[in-house]
Amino acid sequence: MRLSHKTSRWVYAWLLLLPASVLMVTFTHYPIVGGIFSSFFSTPRQGRPSRFVGLDNYAYMANDPVFWQVLKNNFVYAFGTIPVSVCLALLMAVWVNGKLPGRAVVRTAYFTPTILPMIAVANIWLFFYTPQIGILDNICGLFGIHSHSWLGDPSTALGCLMVLAIWKDAGFFMIFFLAALQGISPELEEAALIEGAGRWYFFRRVTLPLLMPTTLFVLVNSTINSFKLVDHIFILTKGGPDNASSLLLYYIYEVAFGFWDTAYASTLTVVLLLILGALAVTQFKYIEKRVHYQ
Amino acid sequence: MMIRESDWGHYLEVAAAWLLAFIWAAPLLYATWAAFHPMDFVSRFDLLSPLTLDNFQSAWNVAPFARYFLNTFMLVCMTLTGQIVLCTLAAYAFARFEFPGKETAFILVLVQIMIMPDVLIVQNYLTTSKLGLVDTILGIGLPYIGSAFGIFLLRQAFKQVPRELEDAARVEGAGWFSILLKVYVPLARPTYLAYGLVSVSYHWNNFLWPVIITNSTHTRPLTVGLSIFGAPESGVNFSVISAGTLLAVSPLLLAFLLFQRQFVQSFMRSGIK
Amino acid sequence: MKHGVIKALIWLALAVCVLGGTAVQAEVELNMYYPVAVGGPITKVIDDMIAEFEKANPDIKVKAVYAGNYDDTRVKALAALKASQPVQLSVLFSIDVFELMDQDVLVPFDEVATSPEDKQWLSGFYPALMENSKAKGKIWGVPFQRSTIVMYHNKDAFKEAGLDPSKPPATWEEMVTMSQKLVKKDAAGNVTRWGVQIPSTGYAYWMFQALCIQNGQVLMDQDGKKTNLDHVDVVGALQFWRDLAVKHKVMPEGTVDWGTLRQKFLEGATAIMWHTTGNLTAVRDGAKFDFGVSMLPASKRRGSPTGGGNFYIFKKTTPAERTAALKFIKFMTASELSARWSIATGYVATSQAAYDTATLKKYVAGFPAAAVARDQFPYSVAEFSVHENARVKKLLDDAIQSALTGGKPPKDALTGAQQQAERVLKDYR
Repeated sequence: MRLSHKTSRWVYAWLLLLPASVLMVTFTHYPIVGGIFSSFFSTPRQGRPSRFVGLDNYAYMANDPVFWQVLKNNFVYAFGTIPVSVCLALLMAVWVNGKLPGRAVVRTAYFTPTILPMIAVANIWLFFYTPQIGILDNICGLFGIHSHSWLGDPSTALGCLMVLAIWKDAGFFMIFFLAALQGISPELEEAALIEGAGRWYFFRRVTLPLLMPTTLFVLVNSTINSFKLVDHIFILTKGGPDNASSLLLYYIYEVAFGFWDTAYASTLTVVLLLILGALAVTQFKYIEKRVHYQ
Repeated sequence: MMIRESDWGHYLEVAAAWLLAFIWAAPLLYATWAAFHPMDFVSRFDLLSPLTLDNFQSAWNVAPFARYFLNTFMLVCMTLTGQIVLCTLAAYAFARFEFPGKETAFILVLVQIMIMPDVLIVQNYLTTSKLGLVDTILGIGLPYIGSAFGIFLLRQAFKQVPRELEDAARVEGAGWFSILLKVYVPLARPTYLAYGLVSVSYHWNNFLWPVIITNSTHTRPLTVGLSIFGAPESGVNFSVISAGTLLAVSPLLLAFLLFQRQFVQSFMRSGIK
Repeated sequence: MKHGVIKALIWLALAVCVLGGTAVQAEVELNMYYPVAVGGPITKVIDDMIAEFEKANPDIKVKAVYAGNYDDTRVKALAALKASQPVQLSVLFSIDVFELMDQDVLVPFDEVATSPEDKQWLSGFYPALMENSKAKGKIWGVPFQRSTIVMYHNKDAFKEAGLDPSKPPATWEEMVTMSQKLVKKDAAGNVTRWGVQIPSTGYAYWMFQALCIQNGQVLMDQDGKKTNLDHVDVVGALQFWRDLAVKHKVMPEGTVDWGTLRQKFLEGATAIMWHTTGNLTAVRDGAKFDFGVSMLPASKRRGSPTGGGNFYIFKKTTPAERTAALKFIKFMTASELSARWSIATGYVATSQAAYDTATLKKYVAGFPAAAVARDQFPYSVAEFSVHENARVKKLLDDAIQSALTGGKPPKDALTGAQQQAERVLKDYR
């Protein structure tokens, strides 16, 4: 009787899990495994069915300059946007948390880009960047800076995407810092100030260390984001000129749905999975550590 | 002397905060300007320039926005409903049941938090195509319905429900399902709200998967419609694009401005694990 | 495979039931995708033409879906076909023909258009426009939204620069010298008007092909299996394009955007632009100044590739659908509608018969620019089209952009592209 009760709890539990897990396996775990599997096969084309090719796709990838270019771009993009947007987010959080006239308005302004679709804001920013008739050129013109093809120059195209990403993300990260700041009791700061500690000193020695877990959380999440959000490329540059602003996931999209080379696209996806996997391990390690300290 | 210096610092900080706020708001303000003025005034900021609603009218006429709205609305509702039902059940199992394989199952759930369906476009396209769901609203939403994130959040919320409440309900003869409905779900309401808002804004804004999986006007959500409508090839001028863009974002933007506190708190809550 | 057969059988059974049920007046539904690459209310024009067709043929319903630019549209059409969704015909890039054949999705028109009347209709199109349609001895596409590249010039700017507005440049040298006079700067030295702009995003390979033809090279062979991107004259053409910006300083450095160039021309930000004739009506409607349209200038010869979209009929269609699709395509390309389409957009009308209609004759008489693209046919060449076209085209686009933006010298960029193109194309020989 006891045992059957226990078994029936097991069955219940698995039945509860079943619907969600079917979908998760179908759209997450199966494609991960399936993708790795198909990276060892060729893409079927007319008259040439898919066949096992071993590491051919990987060899092709190693010789594909575009792959290396987009990989490099992706790291530049990540390391260029993340520190800036995280610092800005922290600054915003501190301002919005303090005694600022018109605080609510300022906070709204910071946060609004977060809830707008990337596609929509890219439409707007496209016009900013358009040479000669765009706003950016008009503003630069006031300062005597020559007209520039912002999105058409490989040295600035990726930068343009990065500025947009910083603008979009900073407000989102701000709220996490804000939540953390609100968790720090104001008495603590008052006490410290009475003791004669400067604001900057207090911030550096007390606030910042307390914000470390949040910072790490934000860092990992923003890194993941920089590898999986490529919507703006569709509108602003389509990866051009000469792949200067293409990112890994966008290239995967191009190979898979532009060239219909699913095998090679799967091979590229494996690289993306490795990167995300490494990030996952970092985060789990960190969670473990935090558990350990508490 | 000291006081004046810190005052100066304070003013400087306020000015900087406001300047940043202005820069952050500028693109949206600018799009609003462009949308309400004729094309000739797009880069000429003359306060006396004539206001017009023509841009909205032509945007509405150029693209089937009404249909796009409907599609997005159906997508968001369907996805959220599915997510809530499925994640509630799964989270309950993780929070309150002991069963063999629980650890492994939970780790597999965590995998999806890091590797979301968004990056698995190639294989997921093939799967969806085999299921015959290409170019359907269900096909857009389905990969997201088994949401690890939702399971994770709800599991946390359920775990915080005191055992005594469950025990009391059981004494009254309630089965597990009615315990779930009458005890756990009501107590996790803030989490549902948070998850709901995050999910709605995510799917309202999602683009890559929908652009891959939709082929026609009958399924295209707003973002995909907007990307085709706004493509420079189409030669639509910037005022009209701005108007279309504002149309597309207005419901969510309005909701955000009205329920700002809830939005911000939801995003906060869902981010802190 | 088995699954497909079963599905087909079920559909067939259903179709038989439906046909039996509704007797003779069976309704056929056609689904198609089409692209837009130029300005103006193109979707509206197409919708109106379709409405007219449906009115004349109440038993056929046509659902046309606008799917973005040419590349987007090919992606969407192929995606739909691969997912076994109903799509019977589409307007796609004329140059996608090899790729579509390799994917085995097309039915040649020779198998559909079999009656003598049909054959006559097929032979009525301008031969220049049929060049991209023919492969392996069959006709796979029917010209619809077709174009050549033409040169638009701002006559007011010409007058201002002391040039004769009725004499646009006819050679590369003239284009350079005139453009140098047309460049205008403000007091601070900023350029407010460029001499000439040739777009290098979106369809960079197309503009480049024009330069190459003018320099004596065609870029690919007839079967779409070989390219000659590293030929000395091809390199020379790219060098000239780059020089326009760097050496002659008449074009902005970096790439020039295809989509916004028309607007820049209309705002007077460039005195000359190269663009598709498909933009003609949009330019005409938007120009606040007098403008002229002419053939592209010559280096060794004049020349432009043809361009644009063809109608294709897909293989996965029932005989009834094929008949209906053919009827629809014939309607859309008939002389009177072709004439009106040309007037509404600027695309060339696809047959001599269309230019012989009273409608178009009258229009051309009052607006001679409308015939320039057609008059360029004797100098035109088939557009760049090879196997795995999307991939090879991107290689070429990337090479062009890298040279134009100073990333690589033209020779290196094109040699690299040629090597990679070889790697892709050798499988097809």
